[in-house]
Amino acid sequence: MMKNTAALELRGISKTYANGRQVLSDLSYALAAGEYVAIMGESGVGKSTLLNLIAGLDIPDTGEIWVDGVVLSAEDDEAATSLRRRDFGFVFQAFHVLPHLTLLQNVALPLLLNHLPFDRAQQMLVAVGLQGREQDFPRQLSGGELQRVAIARALVHRPRLVLADEPTGNLDPDTAQEILQLMRSEIKANGAAGIIVTHSQAAAATADQILLLSKTGLQPVLSHQRV
Amino acid sequence: MSRSLLSRWLLLGEWQAHRLQIVVALIAIALGIAMGFSIHLINTAAVNDFSAAAKSLSGQSDFQVRATQPTFDEMLYPLLAQHESVAVASPILEIQAAVPGVPETDKNNTLKILGIDVYHAAAVTPDLVGVPAEGRAFDMLSDDAIFLSPAAMEWLAVKQGDQLSLRLGTQTVALRVAGGLVRAHAGQRIAVMDIGAAQWRFNHVGLLSRIDLKLKQGVNHPSFKAALEEELPVQYLVTETVDQERRIHNMSRAYRINLNVLALVALFTGAFLVFSTQVLSTLRRRPHFALLRVLGLTRNQILLQILREGGLLGMMGSLLGLGLGYVFAATALHVYGGDLGGGFFPEIKPTIQMSPLAALLFFILGVSVTLLGSLLPAWEAAQAHPASALKSGSEEMALAKLRTPWPALICLLLAAVLTHLPPVAELPLFGYFAIALLLIGGIAWMPSLTALFFSGLFRVFNRLTTGALATLALARLANAPQQAAIALGGVLVSFSLMVAMAIMVTSFRISVEDWLTRILPADLYVRTEVRQDALGFTLQEQQEIAATASIERIDFIRSLQLTLDPARPTVTLIARPIDQADPGHTLPMIDNALNPAEIPLEAIPIWVSEAMVDLYDYQVGKRVALPLSEAQQDYIVAGVWRDYGRQYGAIQMQLTDYKKITGERHVNEVALWLQAGVAPEEMIASLKALPFGESLTFWQPNVIRAISLKIFDRSFAITYLLELMAVGVGLLGVAASFSAQALRRVKEFGMLRHIGVTRGQIYRMLALEGGLLAGFGITIGFLLGGSISLILIFIVNPHSFHWTMELHPPWQWLLIMALAMMMAAAVTALLAGRHAVAGNVIRTVKEDW
Repeated sequence: MMKNTAALELRGISKTYANGRQVLSDLSYALAAGEYVAIMGESGVGKSTLLNLIAGLDIPDTGEIWVDGVVLSAEDDEAATSLRRRDFGFVFQAFHVLPHLTLLQNVALPLLLNHLPFDRAQQMLVAVGLQGREQDFPRQLSGGELQRVAIARALVHRPRLVLADEPTGNLDPDTAQEILQLMRSEIKANGAAGIIVTHSQAAAATADQILLLSKTGLQPVLSHQRV
Repeated sequence: MSRSLLSRWLLLGEWQAHRLQIVVALIAIALGIAMGFSIHLINTAAVNDFSAAAKSLSGQSDFQVRATQPTFDEMLYPLLAQHESVAVASPILEIQAAVPGVPETDKNNTLKILGIDVYHAAAVTPDLVGVPAEGRAFDMLSDDAIFLSPAAMEWLAVKQGDQLSLRLGTQTVALRVAGGLVRAHAGQRIAVMDIGAAQWRFNHVGLLSRIDLKLKQGVNHPSFKAALEEELPVQYLVTETVDQERRIHNMSRAYRINLNVLALVALFTGAFLVFSTQVLSTLRRRPHFALLRVLGLTRNQILLQILREGGLLGMMGSLLGLGLGYVFAATALHVYGGDLGGGFFPEIKPTIQMSPLAALLFFILGVSVTLLGSLLPAWEAAQAHPASALKSGSEEMALAKLRTPWPALICLLLAAVLTHLPPVAELPLFGYFAIALLLIGGIAWMPSLTALFFSGLFRVFNRLTTGALATLALARLANAPQQAAIALGGVLVSFSLMVAMAIMVTSFRISVEDWLTRILPADLYVRTEVRQDALGFTLQEQQEIAATASIERIDFIRSLQLTLDPARPTVTLIARPIDQADPGHTLPMIDNALNPAEIPLEAIPIWVSEAMVDLYDYQVGKRVALPLSEAQQDYIVAGVWRDYGRQYGAIQMQLTDYKKITGERHVNEVALWLQAGVAPEEMIASLKALPFGESLTFWQPNVIRAISLKIFDRSFAITYLLELMAVGVGLLGVAASFSAQALRRVKEFGMLRHIGVTRGQIYRMLALEGGLLAGFGITIGFLLGGSISLILIFIVNPHSFHWTMELHPPWQWLLIMALAMMMAAAVTALLAGRHAVAGNVIRTVKEDW
């Protein structure tokens, strides 16, 4: 089998839910290293499912998912977990920071899991504008601040690919814009590729490219089509 | 290293944030271990001390020759002393003498006196040789000298040179404390004197209790024993020290095992609470674990993390439990003695010895139980699909597996089958398993039962009214039944155990009260001070008592101990006038007795207690032999009666038959029915005026009843303690479950506050939920506890103690307890919810966890 050099490549992915509803059908796409794309689409079209498949949290019915030259979809859970730990960063709509750990500890989680030195956790907190808050707990933070922590955590171990699922869905427009810019700049600064799944045109506009997910597959949205 | 750091972060973060749940789990497991460990320490201390004391009495003898009756003719001694295989034969007379002034209510009111032949005893039982004062070596042979163990001296408050009065039957004997028994076992109250003096002074001339034998070197012990048993008449028993230890062990085995089972039940309750704490904690943290899975923690790492937390909790709880257990044991030994009020180990004052092996075993047990309790939630969390587990509200999905009722129904069915199986090694092992299966089945059935009940209630309620708070509370219970069922588990376990124990103890107590009324029909009972005494009232003394004015009816009673099986405790034989046509008139019969016409002329009728049927297979109509005379005599079991006084067996027969067979004329108890208008006090005054009146003790039935019930209550003190603990732990479990759930419902409360529900209304809703849930748990707990009580009453008790009882549920008390528990649960739910409701309203709706 030929070695794949793209950050991510989807080849003929299909997925049908247990209830018989097909959400993805023969989907193919290649994401180059360092590329940052936004995926938009109607509710229920399969955006989050696609992210779960890319992250190795779910398995496609057919097709292959290549990450870092490895067929992720063919790996067992242990190997997929190991790949996810090393090469992926995640940002969620609901922040998902552990409430009983300090901010520093939350950000340091991927470093701990990858046996990397802690110093970068502190640097990342500074980078996302939370210097001096290392020992605070999540309950002391606002929504925007929590998402900054999540971004720091997603990038602290220098992943090859950052996956963000509606990262600004819980934030007001001003904070959302601030977070989106921060995320973009940090992804770029760390040389990672990124996929952001969103309903928001404004959020999508911060990406290099916008892709529309529909029943026919992933289609690029031309610049004149953007609202 | 970094993984262990992560593990530590996760653990400390969780424990700091949920201190109450952790403390409850710690207390639950610590109490379980403490109960088990303390009961083990007490039992071991009592049995070991009793065995050691018994060993010091039998010394280095190879065999002991006893009779089936307490004493035998000393003419056996020269035969054994001259036996070709015997090196030394040491004759011993054992006497239990009363100490004037010490009431009989004190269980240890008698002093054991051993009459020894000092020259032979020195070779076989050197610990029993007294140490006389300097220059008075002949005191060892003096007819007024007695040597006391340090514990006996302390108890009697006497010292060397003091006078000591002791009483046997109607006789009082004055003795001089000539010295001590320095090598007596610590805490053992015994006395030693010269055998000739003991026989003479205590009116046992020509009688011995046992002969200790030390064999010549090279003699084959089993062959010697077999040959000697062949040579000696049938009423003699050749025993080894090991037989005595086995007998001691058998005496208290059922009681000790029952206590151990109760301790295990406490441990089980603790384990269940740990399980429910772990389940709720894991459920609450489901999204956290899902996040960790997304970030790269493997399934095994998640599993190990949760097990590590459970294991650490188990270790801390077990260590705490071991410490607490030691304190409980020391306190219980100090307050109740080595048998916890059971009356199995008189004459000794045991001390606790810490056994590192036992401590290690209980520690491992505690940790294992906690790990087992953590395994299921850990497994579920590790197997959960991270993407769906990250979303709120996935908890009920995780618990959906619990909804199938089949494992529970199989457990309950199996429990029903086990109740029909016979005891194993005289122990109700299947009964215990049935109880365990009932508890497990009951708990496992809760999720589907809760769903069924609250869904139905919700539907009915919706048709009846539109009250918002009640609707919300019922909707919650109907739609999150699995979580409700877990919260219910604590109430269910503790209440069902409480119900079971309350029904069993009350049934037993009422049965004992009824039994006491049946067996004490007379107005007054008269005894010499030592009831077990082989000798009591002489024929002349009996005539003098009978001649006292104002007596309407008088029954003389002779009781003595018989050894039917050297490996078992002695059986009590009671000879008294019995209405043969209607034995139920005299005895609390439980079975169809033989009609006088069914009793063959050549056989003597005996009426046996239930224990005799279980232990010796004395079925009604069976012909048996009793070691009462050298001549062959047939006895027939004419009926079975209930006896709560002697769990090792008792036999009743006509006094006239006894006298005819044995030729003995002594009795040791007199039952008096007084003429109308005569007060017992007047009769006591008349009897005290008799020449031997000072040696008499008098008992009125109401006093005996009161004392017996006091002893009964004391015996069950430990079960009351366990009941209280079960309730306390159950309520703590409710508090932990509710507070864990309330914390997980912060968002829901925030939303309700947003749409205009006041804090007070939320509190009321929580109290209603708690009350409804507890009410349902209590109802099921009552049914479950009732079933367990039936097993305790009709299986465990008859198999363990060989007596039956009638069912007497304490309805009023149970109702009060049910209401109290329901209110406590409602208040607990309310208090647990306060913290969650008191949070920032705006913030709570934003948080996803």
